[in-house]
Amino acid sequence: MRARVFVTLKPSVFDPQGRTIADALHSLGYGSVQAVRQGKYFELDLATTEAAKAKVLAAEVADKLLANPVIESYRIEVE
Amino acid sequence: MLTRAGDTVKFAVIVFPGSNCDEDAYHAATAVLGQKAEYVWHKDTDLKGADVVVLPGGFAHGDYLRTGAMARFSPIMREVRTFAERGGPVLGICNGFQVLLEAGLLPGAMLRNRGLKFRCEHVHIRVEQTDTPFTLACRGGQVLRMPIAHGEGNYFAEPDVIARLEANRQVIFRYTTAEGELRDDANPNGSVSAIAGICNDTRNVVGLMPHPERACESPLGSADGLLIFESVVQSLKAGALVAGA
Repeated sequence: MRARVFVTLKPSVFDPQGRTIADALHSLGYGSVQAVRQGKYFELDLATTEAAKAKVLAAEVADKLLANPVIESYRIEVE
Repeated sequence: MLTRAGDTVKFAVIVFPGSNCDEDAYHAATAVLGQKAEYVWHKDTDLKGADVVVLPGGFAHGDYLRTGAMARFSPIMREVRTFAERGGPVLGICNGFQVLLEAGLLPGAMLRNRGLKFRCEHVHIRVEQTDTPFTLACRGGQVLRMPIAHGEGNYFAEPDVIARLEANRQVIFRYTTAEGELRDDANPNGSVSAIAGICNDTRNVVGLMPHPERACESPLGSADGLLIFESVVQSLKAGALVAGA
């Protein structure tokens, strides 16, 4: 199975990179882009064939290493 | 282990793959302060009888993923945690501070600098509290001049955590002007409450972004950092006096 982990800064955390990207888009004429939040994306190739197990494992590694819960949250998709 | 006030203090300088201020810390402890020091490789499982542990600056494990994120899992960190839990003094400098945050030995996390630039310059920090092993030789409110060199030194914690740090007097250093004034343009990275350094709730673990080990001799532009190292030597010797009495 493949698990996709999307890690983003929590809403309460200012994202200076996202702000800079938004400013750049505005200067390129994309004024309708109201805000940008930058994050990280991980693809995990897992030995298991069960979606439930894949999700549990992906959550475990996200909690342990991929995300820092002080500033980040994550979302998982498996297929 | 220190048993008498006349004994020499032994520093353990932890070396991660990518540490680059380990030799500066070793030099400050030995050549400048006249104490003993030993490098401890991150895969070691023994602090070699050290009285104080320094996690130096650099880019541990390349700072991949997040600064300090992988160093937290190095085998020596188990020993550092045990040492800290027993009350041993632990100092995290720059990347060492980031490792202590990721390891949960200090609260909070580091974000990318507000201006997105890697800042490498001398700054001023004000000593907010002197009742830690790393600040007891300072005066309260004393302004120290030290270099910073970081891209991710923008200290963040949720408002309730900041309130707790303030209430418990765990904010040890703040970025200020040379006169000790809090001003937004004296904050090089956007840290919340201008926080440059904090301690844990038992006050024996201290982390700061500026580099005291690079400011221990006047030819380097400042010798103010020496106070941080002298503090821990004084603290340990005072402890040995009490223990020996």
